[in-house]
Amino acid sequence: MALLEATNITKVFGGLVAVNDVTFTVEPGSIVSVIGPNGAGKTTFFNVLTGIYKPEKGRVIFAGQDITGWRSDQIAALGMRRTFQNIRLFGNMTVLENVLVGMHVHLQASIWGIISRGRNMLREEAKARNKAMELLNFVGIADKRDELAKNLPYGDQRRLEIARALAGEPKLILLDEPTAGMNPHETAEATQLIRRLRDDRGITVILIEHDMRLVMSISERISVLDYGSKIAEGDVQAIRTNPRVIEAYLGKGAADYAA
Amino acid sequence: MTTGASSQSLWQRVTAPLSSGPTAYAFLAFYVLICSFLLLTNPRTELSTDIVFVLFMLSMLVAYRARVATWFKVVLGVIALGIVLPYFGTLNPFYIDVATQAGIFTALALGLNVVVGFAGLLDLGYVAFFAVGAYAWGIFSTTQISNINPAWGPVDPVMFYPFLIIGLILGLITGVLLGLPVLRLRGDYLAIVTLGFGEVIRVVANNLDRPINITNGSQGIRDIERPPLVLVDLVRNLGVVADDNRLYQLFFYYLVLIIVLLTVIVVARLKNSRIGRAWEAIREDEVAAVAQGIPRVRMKLLAFAIGASFAGVMGVVFASKQLFINPPTFDLLRSINILAMVILGGMGSIPGAMLGAIIVTMLDLQILPRLASVLREAQAAGAPIPRQFDPTQYQRLFFGLLLVIMMIFRPEGLWPDERRREEQHEVEITDEELEADKLTKPTGAETGR
Ligand SMILES: Nc1ncnc2c1ncn2[C@@H]1O[C@H](COP(=O)(O)OP(=O)(O)OP(=O)(O)O)[C@@H](O)[C@H]1O
Ligand SMILES: [Mg+2]
Repeated sequence: MALLEATNITKVFGGLVAVNDVTFTVEPGSIVSVIGPNGAGKTTFFNVLTGIYKPEKGRVIFAGQDITGWRSDQIAALGMRRTFQNIRLFGNMTVLENVLVGMHVHLQASIWGIISRGRNMLREEAKARNKAMELLNFVGIADKRDELAKNLPYGDQRRLEIARALAGEPKLILLDEPTAGMNPHETAEATQLIRRLRDDRGITVILIEHDMRLVMSISERISVLDYGSKIAEGDVQAIRTNPRVIEAYLGKGAADYAA
Repeated sequence: MTTGASSQSLWQRVTAPLSSGPTAYAFLAFYVLICSFLLLTNPRTELSTDIVFVLFMLSMLVAYRARVATWFKVVLGVIALGIVLPYFGTLNPFYIDVATQAGIFTALALGLNVVVGFAGLLDLGYVAFFAVGAYAWGIFSTTQISNINPAWGPVDPVMFYPFLIIGLILGLITGVLLGLPVLRLRGDYLAIVTLGFGEVIRVVANNLDRPINITNGSQGIRDIERPPLVLVDLVRNLGVVADDNRLYQLFFYYLVLIIVLLTVIVVARLKNSRIGRAWEAIREDEVAAVAQGIPRVRMKLLAFAIGASFAGVMGVVFASKQLFINPPTFDLLRSINILAMVILGGMGSIPGAMLGAIIVTMLDLQILPRLASVLREAQAAGAPIPRQFDPTQYQRLFFGLLLVIMMIFRPEGLWPDERRREEQHEVEITDEELEADKLTKPTGAETGR
């Protein structure tokens, strides 16, 4: 059974159809990419999936549940986590605290437990911190645990966003342009990290990316959006040679690969 | 750590040894001793005493923040606040009242700090919850209650103690009631609605003398009951010669002290928990917080309710202490004043809110009036101050100016929230505990409550 099934999703802003009747399915354990020119509606599509926007039309089924119209936090609690195109960390909190916030739904301590500092609460906190450190290790910024998130270099902020998303023990993680603004070296490292999400942790990944080298090297399936509509879908080979995709990109990026 | 390290290094180099390690013990003991000495040898009511008084209170905050053993903090606190200050109060009863007043506002500032500082919700009607607590005790402990139903009489004064809890619950309920409709609003809108709510409560209190006289309108409620004094005979036997009023002063001082202590503990624990982090996350970036699974409305309601409950309790205490309440006591200016304490001290910072409360109370009750009288004397003595200028009229102006200057030069507040290493310190201890747990699993399970 598919982990995520979005059918006929339509999202309209005023007169603009940002996402137009898009159907999209993700199998568990896969890495799939959503590509398309600027303004194609990729981020909007993510926002619909994660409940930030309610779609005008369509249904989203995730992990066997119809989550259409659910609140964002409910969807996150169910195991769908994301990162943001324009990095949204809690800038004045430390790196470690950012990850701990990501763990919120898995911490049980009641308000009485907290006020009385019960044994269970202390134990849970200690465990949470250990787990957070493990995640920071995983993304490679454990040594920065006490720095304020806003003081991290750009690449580390992207890593921290991933660690924070992982803290929710997601089944599915949505990455919105995780390598935007990175140099080739950082991009290569990020690519490795994304692979390890799936290979080491078994998390299904949906990726929005403009870096075609990354997309082509990592994805099992690719969906292409253009002006809100899905114009193509398939494996790397099929997308490379798809004339509509090449046209949408006007010979940029994808066309090089097609040659 | 890396950024700002150079600019702060001197300050840190000076304060680090004073706030941790063996030097800290010596420093704190010395600090408290000096202040106590100055205070006790100078019981007159003048500016120098005011300043020593503030420094004395500050010593408690420094101790609270210092990394010394908890028993040491407790000992210092008991000596300074439990013995020295009340004793000083017998020398100069004026200050014990100031300390009590400062304590009441400390608890209020701490409560508002939960809402504004932790959760980032600008609440301009906070005093409403204070009013609810105060009027609850005011109405139930006086004959006002008989106006609602002639069969009911004022409750026994000893009911004051359960009413502390009732005040808490009333604050909580009002907080939730206000929160439910408004928490979907953001920023400015929320501020305006809470402002309106604060005014509504005041106006209701002002007008609920008809058709049934519940609040006695603008006349206010007088002769509010005080709880019966416990241990009076014991205290008198100790040789303390004091009339009831003096004893009540001491009683309310200690009561407020205890409530403030509890408030600090609750607030500090909440701050370093999943709830506190969730609040902070919402404050930092609401969309991102919700994307972490944090239920936005529920967490905001919680902040509102908790903040309001502190005000509810203190309302009961305040009404009983003042013996008299009327609607103007709970006007917008009061809310603004409490907000000023939080902002002046440093939003989100617990010692900041306390320091803000102490300083603003001192300015209000002591320093500004004193400054005004000094100016007036100078005027009378022929200083070149125009006669039309009446310094008493300009007290608020000084206060406002001070706020403006503060916000320009130290926008983060007097004692901003520090990201601390203490938290890690704490974890190491609990980690050890965790290890110990593993080793003694069978017994650990039994002792684990
Ligand atoms: N909240 C909004 N209100 C109105 N229009 C919006 C909103 N969000 C997005 N849009 C519009 O919807 C269209 C799709 O935007 P979206 O951000 O989804 O594109 P994208 O594919 O992510 O582009 P990019 O590659 O630049 O990130 C754009 O024309 C954008 O201007
Ligand atoms: Mg986008």
